[in-house]
Amino acid sequence: MSMILLAEQVLNGLQLGIMLFVMAAGLTLVFGVMGLINLAHGSLFMIGAFAAAAVAGATGSFVLALIAALSAAAAVGALVEVVVIRRLYNRDHLDQVLATFALILIFSEGTRWLFGSFPLFLNIPSYLAGPVSLPGGIEYPLYRLTLIAVGLLIALGLFLLISRTRLGIQIRAGENDREMIAALGIDISKLYTIVFAIGAGLAGLAGALVGAIQSVQVGMGEPVLILAFVVIVIGGIGSIKGALIASILVGLTDTLGGVLLPALFKQFMEASAATSAGSSLSSMLIYILMAGVLIVRPTGLFGARA
Amino acid sequence: MTRESLFNIVMMSLLILFPLWAWIADEPFMITLATKAVILALAGVGLNIALGLGGLVSLGHAAFFGIGGYAMGILASHAQSYSPILESPFLIEGTKSMPVIWLVAIISSGLAALAIGVLSLRTTGVYFIMITLAFGQMLFFFSISWPAYGGEDGLPIYVRNGFPGLNTLDPIQFYGICFAILAVVLFFCARLAKSPFGLALNAARQTAERVETVGISPYRLRLAAFTISGMITGLAGALFADLNRFVSPTMFSWQTSGEIMVFVILGGVARLFGPVVGAALFILLEHLLGGLSDYWHIYLGLLLLLIVLFARGGVIGTFAGKGANHD
Amino acid sequence: MKLKSLALATCMASLPFAALADGHSLKVGMITTLSGGGAGLGIDVRDGFMLAVGQADRNDIEVVIEDDQRKPEIAVQLADKMIQSEKVDVLTGIIWSNLAMAVVPAAVAQGKFYLSPNAGPSVLAGKGCNENYFNVAWQNDNLHEAGGAYANTAGYANSFILAPNYPAGQDALTGYKRMYEGELAGELFTKLGQTDYASEIAQIRASGADSVYFFLPGGMGIAFLKQYADSGLEIPVVGPAFSFDQGILQAVGDAALGVVNTSQWGKDIDNATNAQFVETFQAEYGRLPSLYASQGFDTANLLMSAMDVADVNDADAFRTALQAADFDSTRGAFKFGSNNHPIQDIYVREVIKEGDVYTNKIIGTALTEHSDVYAAECKF
Repeated sequence: MSMILLAEQVLNGLQLGIMLFVMAAGLTLVFGVMGLINLAHGSLFMIGAFAAAAVAGATGSFVLALIAALSAAAAVGALVEVVVIRRLYNRDHLDQVLATFALILIFSEGTRWLFGSFPLFLNIPSYLAGPVSLPGGIEYPLYRLTLIAVGLLIALGLFLLISRTRLGIQIRAGENDREMIAALGIDISKLYTIVFAIGAGLAGLAGALVGAIQSVQVGMGEPVLILAFVVIVIGGIGSIKGALIASILVGLTDTLGGVLLPALFKQFMEASAATSAGSSLSSMLIYILMAGVLIVRPTGLFGARA
Repeated sequence: MTRESLFNIVMMSLLILFPLWAWIADEPFMITLATKAVILALAGVGLNIALGLGGLVSLGHAAFFGIGGYAMGILASHAQSYSPILESPFLIEGTKSMPVIWLVAIISSGLAALAIGVLSLRTTGVYFIMITLAFGQMLFFFSISWPAYGGEDGLPIYVRNGFPGLNTLDPIQFYGICFAILAVVLFFCARLAKSPFGLALNAARQTAERVETVGISPYRLRLAAFTISGMITGLAGALFADLNRFVSPTMFSWQTSGEIMVFVILGGVARLFGPVVGAALFILLEHLLGGLSDYWHIYLGLLLLLIVLFARGGVIGTFAGKGANHD
Repeated sequence: MKLKSLALATCMASLPFAALADGHSLKVGMITTLSGGGAGLGIDVRDGFMLAVGQADRNDIEVVIEDDQRKPEIAVQLADKMIQSEKVDVLTGIIWSNLAMAVVPAAVAQGKFYLSPNAGPSVLAGKGCNENYFNVAWQNDNLHEAGGAYANTAGYANSFILAPNYPAGQDALTGYKRMYEGELAGELFTKLGQTDYASEIAQIRASGADSVYFFLPGGMGIAFLKQYADSGLEIPVVGPAFSFDQGILQAVGDAALGVVNTSQWGKDIDNATNAQFVETFQAEYGRLPSLYASQGFDTANLLMSAMDVADVNDADAFRTALQAADFDSTRGAFKFGSNNHPIQDIYVREVIKEGDVYTNKIIGTALTEHSDVYAAECKF
């Protein structure tokens, strides 16, 4: 395998990982602060993509579409938090899993009812289309580079938000001691709504960004949701830093595993059997990684509590 | 007699009377539906041992359900094509006999549960939920891409497997078999919960330290509970495959794990009959709502949501109030 | 109280099934995917089928439609219900091969007729064929074989081929290779449901291929085509009609323009039946018909053509009438081979834009009067 191909695959893994991070950041934040498992996070990803496709179709502007995705998902997130999620904070994980599982059903079929059963159109804007040449002779799509840049900016923004702002202090305090910050006179339910809306908005944004190169359809959120869970569990639940490192780890494992394993198997197997066996193993690889990490470190790489 | 045990008796009578009515009224499909409810209830009863008794929230029980299903599929497919599973070093042939298939399903899912349990029980809380999910997903992807037994296409078995002295193709007789198994397992579970093992397990769920101070290892208790739980769910998987005369990777999917969990929560966690009520209600809803609209999942979702939010303790909890042995 | 209403609801639920089957009319059970992922295909088949039934305006056919949610277990139960309770004579509607494999063998073993409007797994065409099973669409390999044949005529000698790692994907690549005479630049199996193809596209770029053949149904194909167009690769892409169908083409957009695909149907096939079908479908449902809709339409017309000649209760006569395939197909010439699978022409289409709508135009014929390789293994 040539170095150029390998470098390109590393970029691909990085891009997948960064987008997983944008998705997982909200999930891990919500768990860290409110102690809530939200299976419906994937639905917010889908809502973002559909909102973006609808707005892009009506206005033709990709930037407006992204703003729409962010605000629609954040608004739906805030609404769901106030109506449903808020009643779940004091429940055990079991009730949370069931209630948010029910939300998936409602959101998925609701979206299908509104938008129909056929996939929607959402495309990359012309100014981001096509490949660019990178040093070393790599031809790489500009849009994917943009995704990496946007994802890194979001990660930076989140770090600043949490370490430098008043809201960030409240979030960190909320992760450590919920009763205490309520006692200090902070409106805890408002804080929770804001945190949930931020997480939802990020998921929606990720949905729109990724939707432009994939297909915008009902059910697009669930595969990503499972991956996002893998990420936050490997990283340690509640840890933004852990989520960032784990998402890149998962992105690279998934991409490089899919390329290298069949090539490895070809050393000692017949070609098409190697392709098939290599693909099988690589589809299980990230789950093997996750189980391995948890066996060695039962609370993930950077996790404090279970 | 508590209200809960009265409720259980009524439920048990319904499970006998409803199929009898369907049989007399010549409604074979109603018997099929009842059979499905009984089998899924059995899967839930299995999960309930881990979930209710042991406090182990497993989102990976589809793994055992699927292993049970594939135990049936693999044995029966070899029997129907008259090709042995293994020729050397010793001969293993397929079989169409239900008791043998059940035994293989129970043993293989028990071994899988033991292995997954040994690794997963090192973690707790959300990490436990997620590591069980990870093992389920591994088996799901493996079953899709493993071509020998149909991969994603699944494996059809043309004729239902046999049970000595019975005609299993007759819906009511097959229902009888499934119902008898459920009754035996329920009896076993009732005894298990009251046994020293069950009491220690329950204590370990509430405060692990207290159990440890009397010299019992909570880890071993949980591992035993998780293994028994997997075995029962595996048996349910074999029956489910026989009901459909078909196995496919869908049995391994995380949605299947979610659904089994829904039965338990819907009926009432840690209640003996919780999964039975939950599964029956779920099948009923699926049947009634499915006819109403193409978008019936919305109503199902709303209903589930309302139950979680406002009917804590599931159906039995609402109906019978807090049970004596439920904290 | 709760329990009482529960029991009452149970009794009520069973009432509709109490109706007795009418001896003189034919009852069709349609099991298809109407909710969840992939519902678009089932809806098209149903709409095409019902359009034909509606146009025939006859009172001796009754259709029961149920949603299988794309789950094999549900499909099996619906089939049981239709056979045991509804007492249907003919089953149809299934979209996916894995669901067909779960339902068809048991249904035909119970003496029911099954007409497949979409799935054509190889087992049912070969060793597992049945005289009561008729496929009105294609054997699964057909469109891929056409892809291989097209590659030969287009002069491709170094193809890169990819498909998801599941039985239909493996069959697809086998089908392509069966007809294709050139070298392979690479062969890849992707994850089922995969949505990011950056890694595969990088490998295509590095392989030096002169053409790409892919089988990625549904959302997978949309994602692949968009990402491929964005990668700047200029290597021509060929695929089966599934990724260029009317339903999903609008979601792919410009990325699909000019791409060549193989299909047994196109809306511009020149015959009166097809013209009338396209026009009335559009008038009835407000959208252009798809490949799947045409298959549903043909299935209904085949069924009704047999009803004109024979009574379904006389199974032998009804079977002979079905085998004759004496109906006007939207595809023009259509007949059954010895294994009750189609012998038909398979066309090469190109994606074009008509006004604002993306659609296909037929540009040639890949295979004429094509049957399938499994027919020889089929013994009734």
